[in-house]
Amino acid sequence: MAVVTLNAVGKTYPNGFEAVKPSSFTIADGEFVVLVGPSGCGKSTLLRMVAGLEEITAGALQIGEREVNDVDPADRDIAMVFQNYALYPHMTVRKNIGYGLKNRGTSTDAIEAKVQEAAKMLNLTELLDRKPSQLSGGQRQRVAMGRAVVRDPSLFLFDEPLSNLDAKLRNQMRIEIKALQRRLGVTSIYVTHDQVEAMTMADRIIVLNGGEIEQIGTPAEIYHSPASTFVASFMGAPPMNLIEAWIEDGAVRVNDGTLLASSGNRTVGPVHLGIRPEDVQLAENGQIPFDISIVEELGARRLLHGELGGQPFTVHVGKDVPATAGPTTVHLKPESLRFFDPKTGKAT
Amino acid sequence: MTGISDTFTQSKKHVARRPIKWSVVGDHAVLIAGVLLMVLPVFMVFATSSHDRIEIARTGLQFGFSDQLGVNYGKAMFEKGGFTDTVDGSLMLMNSMILGFGFAIGKIIISMMAAYAIVYFRLRFATLAFWIIFTTLLLPLEVRILPSYEAIQSLGMANTYSGLIIPLIASATGTFFFRQFFRSVPEELVEAARIDGAGPVKFFIDILVPLSRTMIAAIFIIMFVFGWNQYLWPTMITTEESMFTLVRGIKQITQGVVDSNDIPEYGQALALSIIAIIPPVLIVLFFQNWFVKGLTESDK
Repeated sequence: MAVVTLNAVGKTYPNGFEAVKPSSFTIADGEFVVLVGPSGCGKSTLLRMVAGLEEITAGALQIGEREVNDVDPADRDIAMVFQNYALYPHMTVRKNIGYGLKNRGTSTDAIEAKVQEAAKMLNLTELLDRKPSQLSGGQRQRVAMGRAVVRDPSLFLFDEPLSNLDAKLRNQMRIEIKALQRRLGVTSIYVTHDQVEAMTMADRIIVLNGGEIEQIGTPAEIYHSPASTFVASFMGAPPMNLIEAWIEDGAVRVNDGTLLASSGNRTVGPVHLGIRPEDVQLAENGQIPFDISIVEELGARRLLHGELGGQPFTVHVGKDVPATAGPTTVHLKPESLRFFDPKTGKAT
Repeated sequence: MTGISDTFTQSKKHVARRPIKWSVVGDHAVLIAGVLLMVLPVFMVFATSSHDRIEIARTGLQFGFSDQLGVNYGKAMFEKGGFTDTVDGSLMLMNSMILGFGFAIGKIIISMMAAYAIVYFRLRFATLAFWIIFTTLLLPLEVRILPSYEAIQSLGMANTYSGLIIPLIASATGTFFFRQFFRSVPEELVEAARIDGAGPVKFFIDILVPLSRTMIAAIFIIMFVFGWNQYLWPTMITTEESMFTLVRGIKQITQGVVDSNDIPEYGQALALSIIAIIPPVLIVLFFQNWFVKGLTESDK
């Protein structure tokens, strides 16, 4: 249980490549923070710096009260779950889980007791004498979790732990991990490229892009008030609609002149207008023409893909709303509109 | 039920009527010829080792057995012989064992540690070091035999087991095999071990060595046989007969008598040859499953 503080922590490789730009944030005690971003955004590097597997080249990292920049991974009081589980193939589940304790000089009896406890917590008791090669993917993942839990660390680190599992198992493990973290109350950092995992598991999400933090916030904040067009299009499936528009005379218009909304007192000039597909309503006699080209049937809901003002646009409607391909009109909820600067991509 | 038994009889008939496939016969003929080519000389040595020396001297290698089997093997193993009358077959067998095991185990230890250093530690010239080790493959013992002898001799290690073994245990082949294997061990395993508090030595012993066991078995077989069959180096470095190995001792049995115009103890020499073949064969039989595994699959 610990507060984790990053103070301008950055990573520059010897060849000059800056993988992580100096980043600062604090993770509260017991908080579940998810680092999310596309491949190569530096999220894993950041996690590995916290773990001590990558050298920190700038800034200071604190776990608890202690600055740990130069502390060996083994002494940071952390536990890490790897993407490919990294179980020791020649050891039984029991030994895999107990190995870290053994290296710390814990007595055999105490190790056995703790391993039993962890195994019970993770439903592994039956499997303790098996080798990793005799386990399924989900079971291996649980053993990796057990190895982390048994040490009773002050910080959990997860490096894309679910990406090797199939979709169904992933949903199940997602809930298990979250529940376990809740129960143990251990501060956790979780890296993923899957925005659904990020949304569902996190207390707070940190969105990274190109080695830089784009936004830090709760899942709701990230989803509803993205700080940039990158966050808007990365988080959420389908992503937020972004329309190139123009502000003039107190109104936002698309290039063909269609009035989208009133602009309030925003400055005159180009703008990217963002709106979530579910915040758009089909309206019988609305003001804004929308040309549906494809209806995607998802059972509980429908996605209508088409064009608005000559630009791609998606509307998300419930299963009860009838929709067919062809021209119609829509209504944009004014309170759900987000404005982005087209040059910087930042929200205005 | 009738349906099933019908099919059964039908298939039986079918088997009976199956024509002879000449290609299969040809394959087997080639294989049998190959087996005979390999086994027959060994069998002839074994059969001949049961004859007395006069008979062998008169009629050469034999296909049949005679009554001298026990006598020849007993004398070969337990009768003191050679120039000084101090060495018998069992002593030479032990010397060979010491050389074979020392050679194989030494090579494995040295090459594993070298590969570990090259693969896992950020050494400045690791790659260079590896390629230098690798190029020593071009310099086998025979090329450097004089300087090696000089060095070991001046260190006072002639006629010792360490002198027999140590100069031979540096192994470029072994280092290469282990390097390739270590490189295929996933990076995360090292990282997980680091977080689990395993230092370099613990990681090596607790994780890398058990993971390499099939690899170790494979290299052990190759190296044991290689060490067992060493002839040149033991001949140079051991002058005392009590240090002789089997492979070199076989000649010794015939040597003394050739000088004295007597008929050599061919039977005993051949018996010793058979004895010299047995341990490597046993090692290969014992380890062969592991050997195949080590070379073909990995348990990671």
